[in-house]
Amino acid sequence: MTATIEKQKVLEKQGDNKSSKQPKDIVYKTSELNLWYGEIQALKNIDLDIYEKEVTAIIGPSGCGKSTYIKTLNRMIELVPGVKTSGEIAYRGRNIFDKSYGVEELRTKVGMVFQKPNPFPKSIYENVAYGPKIHGIRAKKILDEIVEKSLRGAAIWDEVKDRLNQNAYGLSGGQQQRLCIARCLAIEPDVILMDEPTSALDPISTLKVEELVQELKEEFSIIIVTHNMQQAARISDKTAFFLNGEVVEFAETDKIFSTPSDKRTEDYITGRFG
Amino acid sequence: MRLIDHAKVVNNMKPRILKNIFFKGVFFAATMFGLLVLGILLYRILTQGIGYLDLQFLQSLPSRKPEMAGVKTALIGTIWLMVVVAPVSLLLGVGTAIYLEEYARKNQFTNFIQINISNLAGVPSIVFGLLGLTVFVRALALGTSVLAAGLTMSLLVLPIIIVASQEAIRSVPNDLRQASFGMGATKWQTILRVVMPAAIPGILTGGILALSRAIGETAPLVVLGLPLFLAFLPKSVFDMFTVLPMQIYNWTGRPQEEFHALAAAGIIVLLILLIFMNSIAVFIRNKFQKRY
Amino acid sequence: MRSARRASHLAMRMKGVLTLAIQNSPKSFSVQEMIAAKKQKKGPSSSIEKIVPFLLLLTAIVSVLTTLGIVFTLIVETFTFFGRIPLQEFLTAQKWYPFSETQGSYGILPLVSGTLKVTLIAAIVAVPIGLASAIFLSEYASDRTRRIIKPILEVLAGIPTIVYGFFALTFVTPILREIIPTLEIFNALSPGIVIGIMITPMIASLSEDSMSSVPNSMREGALALGSTKFEVSLKVVLPAAVSGVVASIVLAISRAIGETMIVAVAGGSTPNLNWDITSSIQTMTAYIVQVSQGDAGYGTTIYYSIYAVGFTLFVFTLIMNLLAQFIARRFREEY
Repeated sequence: MTATIEKQKVLEKQGDNKSSKQPKDIVYKTSELNLWYGEIQALKNIDLDIYEKEVTAIIGPSGCGKSTYIKTLNRMIELVPGVKTSGEIAYRGRNIFDKSYGVEELRTKVGMVFQKPNPFPKSIYENVAYGPKIHGIRAKKILDEIVEKSLRGAAIWDEVKDRLNQNAYGLSGGQQQRLCIARCLAIEPDVILMDEPTSALDPISTLKVEELVQELKEEFSIIIVTHNMQQAARISDKTAFFLNGEVVEFAETDKIFSTPSDKRTEDYITGRFG
Repeated sequence: MRLIDHAKVVNNMKPRILKNIFFKGVFFAATMFGLLVLGILLYRILTQGIGYLDLQFLQSLPSRKPEMAGVKTALIGTIWLMVVVAPVSLLLGVGTAIYLEEYARKNQFTNFIQINISNLAGVPSIVFGLLGLTVFVRALALGTSVLAAGLTMSLLVLPIIIVASQEAIRSVPNDLRQASFGMGATKWQTILRVVMPAAIPGILTGGILALSRAIGETAPLVVLGLPLFLAFLPKSVFDMFTVLPMQIYNWTGRPQEEFHALAAAGIIVLLILLIFMNSIAVFIRNKFQKRY
Repeated sequence: MRSARRASHLAMRMKGVLTLAIQNSPKSFSVQEMIAAKKQKKGPSSSIEKIVPFLLLLTAIVSVLTTLGIVFTLIVETFTFFGRIPLQEFLTAQKWYPFSETQGSYGILPLVSGTLKVTLIAAIVAVPIGLASAIFLSEYASDRTRRIIKPILEVLAGIPTIVYGFFALTFVTPILREIIPTLEIFNALSPGIVIGIMITPMIASLSEDSMSSVPNSMREGALALGSTKFEVSLKVVLPAAVSGVVASIVLAISRAIGETMIVAVAGGSTPNLNWDITSSIQTMTAYIVQVSQGDAGYGTTIYYSIYAVGFTLFVFTLIMNLLAQFIARRFREEY
């Protein structure tokens, strides 16, 4: 009974989104962002608005700055020595480069999934509970619940529920990546950054992660870097095309892939370079 | 015209091949030499010392009469030494390794610390004895106590622990740190909960090897002035004590054959202790085989 | 169309799960809210982040302080020593007679010659055997053999030096005396050989490491021209690994110079400036041991002399260590 009502609600909500097209909030507003690795400029004058609860794909050839950009969004880029930035990235209206903005605070709101699956050499349970634990949530009961919910959210619960205490390294690569997504969900982030999350996975695992991204965008805003154009076309709502550290084109995915306005975008998506 | 006379090359072949076989034999023999020496050494010591090795030997105080002498004070002294060296050297060594690997920027200063550590590893142990004599025994007036000897030995094995810990920390993949930072963990949280658990087998292995070095060393303790003959047990870290290698040294220095046999028996006890510790190290290494 | 339906189906299932999980809990909660609440409650975590690196820096400074302590201690006490004995006498006098009240003479040369004799014998034993073992392990031995032998060599390197001293005095010396009847009970030969045995695994192991890191393509290139393994080892691998091999030898010699217990037990206590290896000698390290065991009171010239000798020893080994580092870095192979 409850389930039917839930179903109804979901359908209605989806219907709403499609029909009314009410304006969504901007989560990330990037203005005139420049970034240098020492003397080399990796990002040039980036202006980009990213909206909540949709999937924004970032595509471009290797070395175009797409990975650099996504790592700047949660300031992981600062782990690279000699990085300088100028310009502004506002997350929910607040500049993340502000001195008063702690990186830990930002990263608690913005989760990240990495190129290679990188679970900790701990049990599956401990992997997911890691985030809540470091943020001071210790009650066993609540942790249990968070772990289950997150694993379900990452569509891996059924596969691991009987071996939560086993080492995460026993999982396959695709399972490990979904575990990493679950680990990220456990702190209920607002935004999930995904840096080529399927580049190390086989096609079937890739498909599972792509389906998962589709589900997750109901709840979260997702920014995904990919070198796979088909993937961008399949799963994203908006696509940004990066080239040599600049944003060449940023538009609805449908538009980018059917009627790109820039010649360079067209060359890239038709496979003339990259 | 051919530049190479093939007949000559073929003629040359045989001596070259013979030479190869001959030197393979030589190289093999050289390698076996080490094993042979080890075998002889162990055999000699076992046959010499086994006669004196019994419970009474472990439970007796040293004595002028060989048949009554034992290693009780020395064995317990060695354990006291470990009690000081293990925590002090691990704390300092692992702390330094974490600082160098996780916090320090790669600049002149850290480079200097690093070079300093590798040079410290090459300083003869007896020189550490001179340092301990001046600083711990005299300046800090600790005398020939467990504490003075323990601190001296901790400094002596510090480079071993630092280098082993650095290697262990360095081998933790950066992916794991990034995953932790990506969830909003602070640096110290990441080190404590992600890096350390992954690095601990390597650190412990290095720590045990360092500890074995500390309990086998004699020279610095001689310089500190540890007694060669002691008939009472230490009650605290401020008490005088002696250790197994000192006792062995004492017995070796006597002209009588009986005391040499006692020395051999003492060596057996020391070697058993070392083998035991090394087995733990090997066990840890195998048990926590890294999986990334 | 189908995939769209499937996606919406999945979305529904997911939604249901999330709501269910929340409904099941006693009170519905948000992790982010809990995190925010926890953050407000405790403040010290940020101060831990600031204190910890400072504490760790302090531990790192201990190693620097140790070096400074060694250098400072040696220099200060040596300075006192040179206040009583002229530097010139220390460096040039031919005799080391510190225990004579009236005719005391402090010439370091006899102690240095004792150290050099022992070191030279050790090098003559250890360099060929160590290198030959390294070549065998890296070029000829199967993986299995290597995996068995290398740990055994490491065991050999881990045996306490007092055990080697005992071995030298009670086993090697008697055998040598059978061969060379004029050999004294305490001599340079026996401890020299045993130190050589002690440092052999060091040379073998470190040289093997550097030979193994020579890329296989170089070996294959030479083998494909019809070289024998011996020729490959000597003409290709050894030259390519030369810096690591030389560095390992220098380090091992440095270890031999600083070795104490073997010479203290089997070398004797007669400082002599000559090249006789059959008679009793005294090395720098053995002298420090002799004085430490005796009753030379604090403040006597003899007491300070061990620091002067220790300082000389420290300079010797420091030069060797720096040399080894220089060689390893300067001639680093670029494969």
